[in-house]
Amino acid sequence: MKQFPSFRSLRAPMAASGLASAILVAGALTAAHHAARAESGKLLLTGGVTSIDGAAGGGLTPWAVIGSNATQGQIGVAATASVVSTRNYTMKVQGLLLAIDDRFEASIARQDFTTGATGRALGLPGLHLRMDVLGVKVRVLGDAVLDSDSLVPQVAVGVEVKDASAGGLKPTLLALGAHTNGIDYYASATKLLLAQSVLVNGTLRLTQANQNGLLGFGGTAQEGYRLEPEFSIAWLANRKLAFGAEYRRKPDNLNPSVLGNGLKEDDWWDVFAAWAPTKNVSLTAAYVQLGHIVPAVATRRQDGGYLSAQLAF
Amino acid sequence: MTKTLLCLITLCAVCALGGARAQSAPVAPASASVATDDAALFRALGGRAGIDAIVDDFVPRLVADPRMSEFFKNTKQPHLRQMLSEQFCRVSGGGCAYTGKSMAEAHQDMDIAKADFNALVEVLQASMDAQHVPFATQNRLLARLAPMHREIVH
Repeated sequence: MKQFPSFRSLRAPMAASGLASAILVAGALTAAHHAARAESGKLLLTGGVTSIDGAAGGGLTPWAVIGSNATQGQIGVAATASVVSTRNYTMKVQGLLLAIDDRFEASIARQDFTTGATGRALGLPGLHLRMDVLGVKVRVLGDAVLDSDSLVPQVAVGVEVKDASAGGLKPTLLALGAHTNGIDYYASATKLLLAQSVLVNGTLRLTQANQNGLLGFGGTAQEGYRLEPEFSIAWLANRKLAFGAEYRRKPDNLNPSVLGNGLKEDDWWDVFAAWAPTKNVSLTAAYVQLGHIVPAVATRRQDGGYLSAQLAF
Repeated sequence: MTKTLLCLITLCAVCALGGARAQSAPVAPASASVATDDAALFRALGGRAGIDAIVDDFVPRLVADPRMSEFFKNTKQPHLRQMLSEQFCRVSGGGCAYTGKSMAEAHQDMDIAKADFNALVEVLQASMDAQHVPFATQNRLLARLAPMHREIVH
C-alpha cells in the first residue's frame, strides 16, 4: 500500500478494460514497491477476500468493505487467483483490485469457464465461456470494524460491468433473447459485531445476468432487471482464521426456454474458511453449491470446491 | 430449497450471535466517557491484576514499535501506564475512576491517521496474546475501545 499523494486518477478504470488493467498493474507495482517497510493499514482480514467478480467481499458476493490492506489516506492493491471445480465444470478467475483512501475500489476480473462434456454434447467441444468484469465500488458511510458501539453498518454501492464471450454458443444465447453484456448494480451493508467476533453482510443486486453473466443477460422468461439478495456471515475464530457461509439468490431468466427447463438455474451457496497466514497473503477454501447449470445436459447439481489465493498490499 | 436455505442461514446467524452473546456481557455503553456497570469483561480480563499485566506488556511494546514511536517520544511511560490501566478498568466494567484527559483532549495536537490507530490496535493485540487473553475476550475489550477512533483519528 502507498500513501495518498501518488494517486492520479480514478476515472480511468471506467474506460476500456485495457487501460483499467494498465492502471491497476501500475498501482500494484507501486504498492508492492513499498510493501517491504513496516506496514500500518487495515487490521487483518478486515478487507475481506476477493469475490469471483473481482470486488472485495466473500467468494460469491461483494461486501461493503474496500479491499486490500490500505485504509484512509492510503492506496492499496490486491491480486487474486481462484478456481472453482464442480461435478461437470471448472472456472478459473484472475482478479486485480485497486483501493483508494478506504473509499473507492476499482477491480477487474477475468473468468474462464470450461464447459467440458456439456460443450461436447452441444456440438461445441472445447467450449470456454469467458467473461471480463470491471467493477467500481464506493463506500458511502460507516466503518464496519471500528464503529463497534453502534449497529450502523458500513455501506457501499457498486457496479459490475460484465462483458461475456460465449464463443460458439453466442448465436444460441442471442436466439434465446439474451445479450452478451450487462451491468449489475449493488448496494452492500457490512457489520463486524466485534464483541461477538461475527461479521455479517447483506447485498442487494440489481441484475439481468444468467449464471452470473456467463450465459448472457436476460432471456425468454424474463427480460428486465431483478433485485436479488445475497447474505454472508463469518465467525472469526482467531485473528488469522474465519469460517463462514454465503447465500446468493439468482434470477432464472432462461427458464422456461425452447429447451423447456433445460437452462434452469438455481441459487448459489457456500461454506468457507479464510486464512491469512501473513498480512499480505490470504487463502480461502470453500464447499460451493452452484445448483443446476445447463441441466438439459448436465443433470446433476454442480457442487464442488473453491480455492482462492490473494496477495494484498 | 431456497426457503430451507434462507432458514438455515438465519438459524446459523442467530445461533452464532446468541452463542456469542451468552458468553459475553449484555451490551454496555462503549464510550470511554461512560462507565459500565457490568463487570463480566473486567473479570474475564483477570481483574485489575490482569489489566495491569496487559498494560505492563503494552506500554514498552508501544514505545518500541517503529510505527508508534513518533507519537510516544514525549510520553512519560509511568503516566501512560497509569492512564491505560484506569481506562481499561473503567471500560471493562471494573468501576475505576479515569483521572486522565479526555481522548479528544489527549490527542488533539497529534496527527493520527486511521492506519496509526489500527497499528496501535495490533500492538495491543500482541500484548494480549502475550498475556494469554483469549481471542474472544480480546475482541470484547477492543469493541469497547474502538469507537474512540472518532476522538483520536484526525
